[in-house]
Amino acid sequence: MLTEILEKLRVQFGADSFVMSEFRDNVRVHVQPARVFEFLKHLKGELGFDMLVEQTAVDYLYYPDATDRFGVIYILLNTTTGARLIVKTMLNEPNLKLPSVYSLWKGADWMEREIYDMYGIRFEGHPNLLRILMPQEFAAYPLRKDYPLRGRGERHNFPVITRAES
Amino acid sequence: MALDLPENVVISQLNLVSNWARSNSLWPMPFATACCGIELMATASSRYDLARFGAEVMRFSPRQCDLMVVAGRVVMKMLPVLQRIWLQMPEPKWCISMGACACSGGVFDTYAVVQGVDRFIPVDVYVPGCPPRPEQLIQGIMDLQAKIKKGGTMLGTEFEARTTPEGPGKYDPGEVRRVMFREPPAPDARQMAEKR
Repeated sequence: MLTEILEKLRVQFGADSFVMSEFRDNVRVHVQPARVFEFLKHLKGELGFDMLVEQTAVDYLYYPDATDRFGVIYILLNTTTGARLIVKTMLNEPNLKLPSVYSLWKGADWMEREIYDMYGIRFEGHPNLLRILMPQEFAAYPLRKDYPLRGRGERHNFPVITRAES
Repeated sequence: MALDLPENVVISQLNLVSNWARSNSLWPMPFATACCGIELMATASSRYDLARFGAEVMRFSPRQCDLMVVAGRVVMKMLPVLQRIWLQMPEPKWCISMGACACSGGVFDTYAVVQGVDRFIPVDVYVPGCPPRPEQLIQGIMDLQAKIKKGGTMLGTEFEARTTPEGPGKYDPGEVRRVMFREPPAPDARQMAEKR
């Protein structure tokens, strides 16, 4: 089933437009960030991947043999046939931008906000790209590997109320 | 001085009377954010019966409470809410920090979790445990009652005397280093990558 889909993708976008890899029963398609939106649009519109199961990101800093800094991952599901496909794209600083897929799957709304909140990857065309977990005034992106686990003092940056003044 | 008192009249101090009344009718404000909140609910339920100590009237409005029970971890996004609720409670008021997370951050030593609410609001009684059993919380409430009976005053002058912050300092030493040098540590991850 997935081999047919990959063949259709090769016909549509060219044989060298993506790299395929496999891990156990997961089929991954690695796409350049500039082309990821047309890929996903084709996968949704023509090949029936109507559900975005998960959209997430990985920081590959200090990762052995990694060449790129960030990976953004889309896990797609065709709810008619049950086919699953993973689309992966790599990003590097300072170009941490991707087109938003909110226009294709409404469920991308909060997932893109979470990726922006944790990694600082901006999604262009997102209707409301604000932080979703951390407070709006938070300055760092805490899931980046160069951010210290205990923070940079944000957790202690509050006024102290003594008993006499409360 | 001989007093001609009628039957059933006892002489006492006003402070003792007010302390007796206050300590036996604590109205808790359950600030329950985690599993400690479940133990707090169990404490109030029939098996452990917090009503035996006059503290069973849980109210979810801070205006009607005089005992804040911080039950669970407080994250940095929640702390302004906690401080605001504490300031909204009328005098006299007391605070119990329930469980390891509220007392010290517990196992959640991360960028988002406040390392003990006593750094930012005054705490009267600490209840250890992860989460504490209802018996421990009841012991904490009994200790608070003893504290009120021992040192309380009618006009709350014992509160006015507490003018300095009572918790630990604002930063731990490593925190100062991270703030000043904005260092990107993750040395473990880097060493592991070099080893490979």
